[in-house]
Amino acid sequence: MVWYTILIQQIINGLALGSVYALIALGYTMVYGIIKLINFAHGEIYMLGAYFGFFALTIFNLPLIPAMLISMLLAAIIGMGIERIAYRPLRNAPRIAALITAIGASLLIQSVAQLTFGASFRPFPQVIPFQRIQVGPIFLTNRQLIMFGVAILLMVLLHLIVHYTKIGKAMRAVSMDKEAALLMGIDVDKVISFTFAVGSALAAAGGILVGMYYNRIDPYMGIMPGLKAFVAAVLGGIGVIPGAVLGGFLMGTAENLVVAFGSSTYRDAVAFAVLILVLLLRPSGLLGKRQNEKV
Amino acid sequence: MLDLKGRKGKWNISVLILLGILYLVIHCMAASRILLPYHIQVLGLVCINIILVVSLNLINGFLGQLAIGHAGFLAIGAYLSAALTVFYGFPFLLAILISGIAAGLVGILIGVPALRLTGDYLAIATLGFGEIIRVIILNIPAVGGPRGFSGIPRLTNFGLTYLLAIITVFVVKNFIDSAHGRAVVSIREDEIAADSLGVNTTYYKVAAFAIGAFFAGTAGALFSHYMQYISPAPSQIGFLRSIEILIMVVLGGLGSLTGSVITAFALTLLPELLRGFAEYRMVIYPILLILMMLFRPSGLMAGNELSFEFLEKLFKRKPKSNAKGVSPGGAN
Amino acid sequence: MAPTKGLEVNGLSVQFGGLKAVSNLSLAVQHGELIGLIGPNGAGKTTVFNALTGFCRPNSGTIIFDGHDITHKPPHFVAQFGVARTFQNIRLFKDLSVLDNLKIAYHQNFGYSILGGILRIPLYHQEEAKVIEESVRILDLVNLTEHRQVKAGNLAYGNQRKLEIARALVMKPKLLLLDEPAAGMNPFETRELVKLIREIQESFDLTVFLIEHDMSLVMNLCKRIYVLDYGLLIASGGVDEVRNDPRVIEAYLGEDAPWQS
Repeated sequence: MVWYTILIQQIINGLALGSVYALIALGYTMVYGIIKLINFAHGEIYMLGAYFGFFALTIFNLPLIPAMLISMLLAAIIGMGIERIAYRPLRNAPRIAALITAIGASLLIQSVAQLTFGASFRPFPQVIPFQRIQVGPIFLTNRQLIMFGVAILLMVLLHLIVHYTKIGKAMRAVSMDKEAALLMGIDVDKVISFTFAVGSALAAAGGILVGMYYNRIDPYMGIMPGLKAFVAAVLGGIGVIPGAVLGGFLMGTAENLVVAFGSSTYRDAVAFAVLILVLLLRPSGLLGKRQNEKV
Repeated sequence: MLDLKGRKGKWNISVLILLGILYLVIHCMAASRILLPYHIQVLGLVCINIILVVSLNLINGFLGQLAIGHAGFLAIGAYLSAALTVFYGFPFLLAILISGIAAGLVGILIGVPALRLTGDYLAIATLGFGEIIRVIILNIPAVGGPRGFSGIPRLTNFGLTYLLAIITVFVVKNFIDSAHGRAVVSIREDEIAADSLGVNTTYYKVAAFAIGAFFAGTAGALFSHYMQYISPAPSQIGFLRSIEILIMVVLGGLGSLTGSVITAFALTLLPELLRGFAEYRMVIYPILLILMMLFRPSGLMAGNELSFEFLEKLFKRKPKSNAKGVSPGGAN
Repeated sequence: MAPTKGLEVNGLSVQFGGLKAVSNLSLAVQHGELIGLIGPNGAGKTTVFNALTGFCRPNSGTIIFDGHDITHKPPHFVAQFGVARTFQNIRLFKDLSVLDNLKIAYHQNFGYSILGGILRIPLYHQEEAKVIEESVRILDLVNLTEHRQVKAGNLAYGNQRKLEIARALVMKPKLLLLDEPAAGMNPFETRELVKLIREIQESFDLTVFLIEHDMSLVMNLCKRIYVLDYGLLIASGGVDEVRNDPRVIEAYLGEDAPWQS
């Protein structure tokens, strides 16, 4: 193959994978925008989503779409639960305390998942028969298309919720100024709960899509995508919703290109290298605004 | 006036004497086979963990910055020292020193950009740096790549780990009790106020970070020459190890050296003592971590140190055990 | 130009995005003066202090202190030239003892290095003893000596304000910037504060520049006043001069005229 076909091929693969990073990144960015906390447990919600989908498909024999919806619902409930138990009591505590709790929540979910689901991987059911689509010298798979399509659909849905519903407007108000929102009679606790619910549901959908894509799930699958999606959120400008989408696609593409033209052992280092570059060169991200601490 | 002079110096010397006696006791118990070589081996690991936990507490607890890539510095020390002794025949003590300095320099290199960030960003950036160090090591065939570095001579013994643990605690403690250490703590308390008082916050952040990295590097050198093998697995030199050290710091108390020593001791021994514990510890630790932050964020020792003054206060207060809300005050 | 003693600000402008917080401000404070800076809410007073102490970067203009250009210098550097400040919303090290708060302010006067501190060289012991002596001397001045082991955050509000001033004094500043030192104080505490500011200004040979809403305090203390409105200097001069300036009266229209109380 010529180098540019490889390039195009890898960009396409990258966009497919990137759409899932974008889905997870949305959760990070929304939560950060609203309570200024990295929800370290977010990657674990994504993992749980994959497992919920797995059980819905295998034990309950549900079709894909209901399975996905149920998984998203369960993930939303768990997301809200984590916020209620672990984060809400610490909202006014020093930042380091909330961050440590977040790390604790992440570890806890991971370990419990490992004990209940087993540490080894499980094959994800082949709900959709594998098909290869050829366009000129470029190969696509139907799974990539589904992954991409579902992700885009969910993002459009999110956009509609955030911009055209009452709760969406409340979310934006809280992320701009929590005190002012409170004074306007917005139930800030409810809005934060809702944000966790939406973010978690998106992550769960991402988990199922990736499970289908790679045909396997395991209790550790949330760690790396979680970190990478976080980097994607920072790259796009944390707290900025379109930024998370852009960052996700860029991260997915960058990672695939490094693997194609460099070495696969550096795959996971890409994310961190990107992160460090962004933080050094443009800490507010591609689409973010610069902010200074008030004296 | 109170505690103007004298007390601190005496405290240092008497503690040193006690520690010397403790070493002799352990030595005699080992000689008379009350403590088996296996026990001594575990005690050595306790000491290495004390170095790691105390040095991370300097960054997390005293400087107040949530850096979570400590295992990266351990990795530098472990691999560099092994390369120095195996390939170049360096004397071990020199190799330890060089490892510490190298880790400290990398700490400065990382610290200068990373410490411009706050809170969450710093956490992720340091985690990222730690992983990059690990990935780089994975890609160096000379040190074994993914298979790990084996055939390292056993140059570490219990006495050496014991000595270095003591040095670490004393250096960090004396640093904290000096003007420079107070500058570091002032950054944790209120960076803007510290700045307005003439504290060069960047300098002290990097300095604290570098000191922490230095000791983590020496711990790494001790570790690889103790186990005679070092693996690039996440649980050895990656983020799982970093998180494990962080757990010990937090459970012992951010800003309490005594707490760090206690948790390093307890959490290293527990998995060895209780067979079932190892399996469930990664469920128990995070629960403790969350409970600790929710109900006792200051940790086991609540920023207090085990000292003569603290014990005095503890016992003086006992008769009036009903008196509530007595603030311990910052008598240090 | 010969180095002049005191503070000289020329054409200072600070902009946040599209908002001009301070525009083209020039002022001069002579050594040993006690000067006030007043203005309605949002006039940019604290921004001026932030620019003077390096906490925000001016877009244009120069700040000269004691002949040194401190315009774009970081806060710790400005502090080293003898400029100390307090904050509108009190920034104490709340979890540290009163004494430790002062010890930190003594920071620049320590002569031993990091290594010297770790090795506890004789200089360490000498200077640690000296800092306590100095701190207690200043605590006596503000009547906080008996609270020296109390956590700063547990002090009564008025005492926290006083401690913040004491902490600034430990730095041995030449210029002291006080940002609303009487905010939240009752009339009795305010009177005490006036006394304290006078006292320290004389005994420490200080230049004092203060922002205040309590006009009785400003009128009582300051010989000269600068008035800021929407980032612009609208008046300056002696107390009576400023009080009767029509622009000042206009600026305060709609707010409670500050000197009626």
